[in-house]
Amino acid sequence: MATPQTIRTAVPAPATIDWRQNRVVIERIKTTVAYIICTVMALGFVFPLYWLVVTALKTDVEIFLVPPSILPMNPQWQNFYQATIYIDFWRYMFNTFAIAALSIIGTVMSCTIIAYGFARVRWPGRNIIFLIYLSTIMLPAQVTLIPLYITYRSLGWVGTILPLVVPSFFGNPFFVFLLRQFLMTIPHELTDAARIDGASEVGILRYVILPLIRPALATVALFTFVNVYRDYLGPLIYLQNQDQWTISLGLKMFQNMYGAQWQLMMAASTLAMLPTLILFFLTQKTFIRGIALTGLKE
Amino acid sequence: MATISIPKRRFQLTRTQRRALVTGLIFISPALVGLAFFTIWPIIQSLYYSFTNYDILRPPRWIGLQNYERLLDDRVFKLALGNTLIMVIVGLPVHLLFDLGMAFLLNSKIRGLAIYRTIFYIPSITPVVASAIVWMWLFNGQYGILNVILGWFGVQPIGWLTDPNWIKSALIFMGLWFGGNTILVYLAGLQEVPTHLIEAAELDGANAWQKTRNVTLPMISPIIFYTIIINIIGYFQYFTEGWVLTATREGAAGGPANSALFYSMYLYQNAFQQFKMGYASAQAWILFVIVLIATVIVFRTSGWVYYHAEE
Repeated sequence: MATPQTIRTAVPAPATIDWRQNRVVIERIKTTVAYIICTVMALGFVFPLYWLVVTALKTDVEIFLVPPSILPMNPQWQNFYQATIYIDFWRYMFNTFAIAALSIIGTVMSCTIIAYGFARVRWPGRNIIFLIYLSTIMLPAQVTLIPLYITYRSLGWVGTILPLVVPSFFGNPFFVFLLRQFLMTIPHELTDAARIDGASEVGILRYVILPLIRPALATVALFTFVNVYRDYLGPLIYLQNQDQWTISLGLKMFQNMYGAQWQLMMAASTLAMLPTLILFFLTQKTFIRGIALTGLKE
Repeated sequence: MATISIPKRRFQLTRTQRRALVTGLIFISPALVGLAFFTIWPIIQSLYYSFTNYDILRPPRWIGLQNYERLLDDRVFKLALGNTLIMVIVGLPVHLLFDLGMAFLLNSKIRGLAIYRTIFYIPSITPVVASAIVWMWLFNGQYGILNVILGWFGVQPIGWLTDPNWIKSALIFMGLWFGGNTILVYLAGLQEVPTHLIEAAELDGANAWQKTRNVTLPMISPIIFYTIIINIIGYFQYFTEGWVLTATREGAAGGPANSALFYSMYLYQNAFQQFKMGYASAQAWILFVIVLIATVIVFRTSGWVYYHAEE
């Protein structure tokens, strides 16, 4: 007789458990809410790109339909071809890639050498000099913009790509910082051993360090490409000859000249976005590592 | 005699140190040259030009403080400064809080993280002009999808880019889309927070809010601090998005009633459209000082930033 009663008191019936006390349930609700918000936001982030492509495929009549069609009724693939004729699309693309290539060469070379000097050579005062160098990141570009323009103008560089390319051969504090972070993780024993064997600093950089920092250099190269590709103000100021324009300048002119031809502008914009998008999908890991590194650890 | 030579020697370098110094300086010489030619010398020149009347064609003429005095009376300048301050004071916190919130959500161990990460990141690497053209179309008052969607909920069409009261909101809204990379920066920081710290807080009976407030936020505070500094500077230099969305065929920009004329845009107009290099240099220097003050304030009030030393 007494046994069932003791059992009842010892094990409370499951129904009486308050679900708010149940950690598993709470966690599940939290994750679901996180999923919903993240998905809604992600859709919001994708939508402009979706709308870009959809509009690019519509006719010049269909774009003005109210309410707009969610999918093009009759996809106008030739819009993409037309967009490349309305403006000198391929020339602008070529120019942009040329500037990007030279900037990448300059940035990767100079930043590697500078970062090596800051991270691997132990010289008195290097930390202070590095801090001063790094703090120039905080300088608004507008302060140096006008004197540099005047200098370049007196050198006859305005109207050439030189003002956009030459500075990259003199380092970039941000990328130097990024590479320095990377270089500091390489054990000193490795380079000290090479030094004892009589290797010069240049030799150490070339044969010991360089193979190890390739992933970081890839990140620097990618970020440089994206920066050049996105830049608008620099080309706007320095490239006055239409033959030298970058894709950003070309797109803006497209907008000025054929502002009502939204479908063609969208087609041109889609094509202009493709290189960075393709590059991103090919090299996701390199990008993500770069972002993690920019999140300042020290 | 010997006691005198000791303090002297403290400043002398040994031979190896001297050799290291020379090697180091050789390696960083591109940076030193760059610093001198592309940063320090232009800053000095810029200060000089700001006291002159200079249209490039004729040599600069010294006019003392006149440029600065004229700026004080320049209504458009004050308008541009005000618009920019609104972006810094409203746009920047909205942007960073949104990104922080999204990073927290993404960090709650959801599956498919790589896909979300990609989606939030991609807008920030697309060419600004191309994306801005898309947004012009989305914001279009008559045919834009944004107003169509709002119309389903009975909202009257909004003149996103034509109404002076709405254009800055539109730009801030668009900025969330452009700035998604900050979400990834925060997320990278959140993923680095050691789990043993959070578990320790749990053992002490901390609830979710207490864990966030006392463990997670302090641990990522250096990253938050970094993004605040970088974005303050960025928002003060706000140019391309505003320019592309408002520039007309004739080269004017700034939107309706100059409601989207920002500091850098006005500076650009003065320098490169009207060739008032002296006047624009004075503007550049005022911007320099403002950014400096803002940065110093942020640094001075950075007591909340916690630097966790790994043992």
